[in-house]
Amino acid sequence: MKSQTIVTLAAAVVLPFAMLAHADDTQKEIERYRQMIADGNPAELLEMRGEELWKQKRGPKNATLETCDLGLGAGKVQGVNAVLPRYFADVDRVMDLESRLVHCENTLQGFSMAELTKNPHSMKAGERQTDHEALVAYIVGQSRGAKVDLPQTHPKELESYLRGEKMFFFKGGPYDFACATCHGVDGQRIRLQDLPNFQKPDNAQRAFTTWPAYRVSQGAMRTMQWRLLDCFRQQRMPELQFLSQASIDLITYMGVKAKGGVMDAPAIKR
Amino acid sequence: MADPMRIRAQLKDGGVTEVRVLMAHIMETGQRKDGSGKIVPAHHIQNVTATWNGKTVLTAQFGPAVSQNPVMNFSFKGGAKGDKVSVSWSDNKGDKRTDEATIS
Amino acid sequence: MHTFDIGRRDALRSGANFALVAAAISAGVLPTSAFADWNKAAFDAKSLNDVVKAFGGSSVDKSGDITITAPDIAENGAVVPIAIASKIPNTESIAILVEKNPNALAAQFDIPSGTEPNVGTRVKMGQSSNVFAVVKAGGKYYVATKEVKVTLGGCGG
Repeated sequence: MKSQTIVTLAAAVVLPFAMLAHADDTQKEIERYRQMIADGNPAELLEMRGEELWKQKRGPKNATLETCDLGLGAGKVQGVNAVLPRYFADVDRVMDLESRLVHCENTLQGFSMAELTKNPHSMKAGERQTDHEALVAYIVGQSRGAKVDLPQTHPKELESYLRGEKMFFFKGGPYDFACATCHGVDGQRIRLQDLPNFQKPDNAQRAFTTWPAYRVSQGAMRTMQWRLLDCFRQQRMPELQFLSQASIDLITYMGVKAKGGVMDAPAIKR
Repeated sequence: MADPMRIRAQLKDGGVTEVRVLMAHIMETGQRKDGSGKIVPAHHIQNVTATWNGKTVLTAQFGPAVSQNPVMNFSFKGGAKGDKVSVSWSDNKGDKRTDEATIS
Repeated sequence: MHTFDIGRRDALRSGANFALVAAAISAGVLPTSAFADWNKAAFDAKSLNDVVKAFGGSSVDKSGDITITAPDIAENGAVVPIAIASKIPNTESIAILVEKNPNALAAQFDIPSGTEPNVGTRVKMGQSSNVFAVVKAGGKYYVATKEVKVTLGGCGG
């Protein structure tokens, strides 16, 4: 009976250390798992579909998107995701990749804005990914290896950043949450996912350069607009409008914080 | 209509061709229930065949436990740059897809 | 080396099943291609032994010449990368089984001569489980085992 007590006590003392070592090993093994699944990212299939769509004559005007100016000149796709959001003189405002893509589909191909913004994201399990998601996958994939360098020279670009920053720290909703509650401090995580602290360049770079991403748990590639929509949902904030100024400003803020990072999207995540 | 596969075939040292295939398929298990509680019927690839210059270099049978958007990696001896590697799959609903890649 | 005995009675029963299927084919009930191309009995089987039986084997031996490359812990059971390499001479086929899945067999690969006895794919795992690699070589069946733990990842986005 007595020896039993001693053994239990010893176990109680030893266990926390064993668990600490175990947590570290777990983290390493999860990292190994992530590396193992990185090659063979199903987002590549969507990139292929997106490339076909990009070159295909579509819409009421039966035109391709090949003359679309995504920020580096008409028809230039390579590297654009590393410099977006940015100011576009033709619309006199800052646009993110998805806003600009939809703008091109509207102006060049003649799709209505209502049509383009109605169901941009696939939602249900097993639902076919949308054309919007496919086009985003293709365009983003063409920026792999490009260094993040959002222009901040136009006054509207700076304004977008400043509004984004304000929103990032703005607390609201029933939980009194801000983006910064989870993404403005070190060492936060949800279960096994480390949350990036946007005040640290390497953290901001890691996050910004790996979205959009294929979500294993959802079997679908998710765009940056979707990612923010889901952040707002988790904060219990009012629903973030697709392509809203608020969404663009937050992306500007994150992109500026991630300056110098090397684009590696679409990535693959849990 | 099934979406295309992504096939990469690369000649490695020692005359071995390494093939990596990514297939677009839902791979529905037949175990999952939808929102109304009804079982979503199984829908998965059953057979895969890979050929090089008309010679079969791999055949596979998949059950519903192969992950969505299946990956298949293998390598075979022989093969030269410029040769074609062709991969075909068929599923339990009769859908089929064939794509090919050039060995690089 | 340990042998899992499948037993004469079971072997006889699978023989009987074969006879039934053969009768169904000759009666035109089943398309011959379905039987020839996809081994339904193997994919319906619940255990290692039953899968080996459905392949036509009568026993399976443990082997140290089969390597399973898989993570110790998978962040998401929906995608568990598994690669199997066999050093057993005359490897004819490689199968991947997940012990605790509703049906054990996930995939089976036939290896023609000239193809390396080394294949990789990704499988679903409903829970932490042993993964078996079953290799057929020289008409015999061999198995190696690796445990893979599965976490379900975080909630929401």
